[in-house]
Amino acid sequence: MNIVVLMKQVPDLVEELEVDAGGTLLDRAWLRFITSEYDDHALEQALLLKEQHGGTVRVLALDMGEADEMLFTALAKGADSAVKLSGDFATGIDSHSAAGIYRHALEGASFDLILTGVQAIDDLDGPAGAMLATHLGLPYIGVVSGIDVDTANGEAHVRKEYPGGLLAEFTVDLPAVIGIQAAMQPPRYVPISRIRQTMKTASIDETAAQGERIAGAISVERMYKPERAGSATMLEGSADSIAERLLDILTEHGIGR
Amino acid sequence: MHANILVIAEHLKGRLSGIVFEMLGKAHALATETGGGVEVLLMGHGVRALAEELGLASRVLLCDHPALAAYTPQACLDVAEQVIARRAPDLVLIASSSMGLDIAAPLSVRLGVPHVSSCRDLRITAGRAIVTSQMYGGKMLVESHLDLRGAIVSVLPGAFPEDAGRIAREAVIEALPVEGLDAPHMRFTRLIEQSGTDIDITQTPVLIAVGRGIQNRENIAMVEELAAIAQGAVCASRPVVDQGWLPMTRQIGRSGMIVKPKLYMALGISGAPEHVEGMKDAELIVAVNTDAQAPIFGIAHYGVVADIADVVPALTEALRNAHAPA
Repeated sequence: MNIVVLMKQVPDLVEELEVDAGGTLLDRAWLRFITSEYDDHALEQALLLKEQHGGTVRVLALDMGEADEMLFTALAKGADSAVKLSGDFATGIDSHSAAGIYRHALEGASFDLILTGVQAIDDLDGPAGAMLATHLGLPYIGVVSGIDVDTANGEAHVRKEYPGGLLAEFTVDLPAVIGIQAAMQPPRYVPISRIRQTMKTASIDETAAQGERIAGAISVERMYKPERAGSATMLEGSADSIAERLLDILTEHGIGR
Repeated sequence: MHANILVIAEHLKGRLSGIVFEMLGKAHALATETGGGVEVLLMGHGVRALAEELGLASRVLLCDHPALAAYTPQACLDVAEQVIARRAPDLVLIASSSMGLDIAAPLSVRLGVPHVSSCRDLRITAGRAIVTSQMYGGKMLVESHLDLRGAIVSVLPGAFPEDAGRIAREAVIEALPVEGLDAPHMRFTRLIEQSGTDIDITQTPVLIAVGRGIQNRENIAMVEELAAIAQGAVCASRPVVDQGWLPMTRQIGRSGMIVKPKLYMALGISGAPEHVEGMKDAELIVAVNTDAQAPIFGIAHYGVVADIADVVPALTEALRNAHAPA
């Protein structure tokens, strides 16, 4: 069972986001990056499948944000190899172009499964994994939160989430690309000390990103913070005074009596 | 310029999703403005009755085939590609949903047209589509301009009024031939419903919802206490359920439950679009979050910028005192 995981760095939403002077991009001067949480789940799912069936987990990432830290963390968690695709990603990259780069990196490679996050918070033009599947001529199913692999028959049984708590189960021929919503258990924790250790003993393969940048299809004219239309009435004061005010509001609405 | 718009319908368990009517209503308004028309692509098997509900469209394109009996990404992608290539619409609208997410971006690659996701507003000006998308968990809006040459737009549920797309008018239905679905690389096997041992949060009038801001499993007890005294139930956003702190039956949002309680108290929930989809129609929304910029304050009726560890015990106490006999 050889699995490729595509991971990417996205802005940390815990930090305040600002728009740059051009008005169409995030101001990257103060931006902090974290691993896209869906990709973290994709890695976890890959590691779970490797534990079950053996094989290898290979992680690919574009050189953005804290890519090295993300890739060393993946190695520390149990990935077998990590590849950093370097290029000019100073202002980020659209998903169509990213899918083209992954296509170049993976064409002719041997794998059973490609796992990646079903989406990311900055996918303006859609998820790269779904587009990569199209490029490689492989089946794709997204919003998946459970995978069982049947190695004997070369297929996977995946559970896709629908609204209202429904799951749809599909059987997919391998190789396939799967967009992960959530792994079958929470992403594992790895202590910093182990990541530091991995940095000393393991290495990341670095290779230049190839593939055309697809520009101009979407012209972004403006990025801005949403206005608080119909915004909330904000309650201020001590916890006790807020609680009293909330109690009044609930009572007015006939709640909690 | 005339804008001819194609809407791709989706349905589950014999019902069209609400987003289909949202998209149809919006598409109809835009097409009317520009002198164009709206076609709806409906894929399925034995779904003529659903086509009848789409009377607002200029035409319903019905693709009926046994291989389309249950939604399967590959089959829908193949059929949608054929139909779009043949009808050559100026603009294609797809739901930003579990089903739509599978096919929208691949269609853009196959057809060589742009795709914009997470649309919450759409207009047509001077022959271009102007799409406003919600990005970065709802913290930023991005305005993109697209040429009307077949661009695909994924529309967030809740972006447009559903009523505008529902009209009692006889539908014009054209059945289209369906070809090339004989060698599938994926097969639908079954639909799994959550087992019904837990309470049904869609029927609970008071919901106390927790998100990432709850920080650890131990803090759930404090929220359970508040829910008990408010005669409600605890539910959660996705990250809490992914951590295994609450069961999936308590998850609110795009892939969880859609609820309309009398009170929805959002504790430590930022208000990402996929969560908001599940609770935006609550009668009263109260949000508590340490981040004053959290998008949840954009839809809440009342907001508190504070740590939930301070507010929750105080509110529990206040409710307890209110209940205590004088």
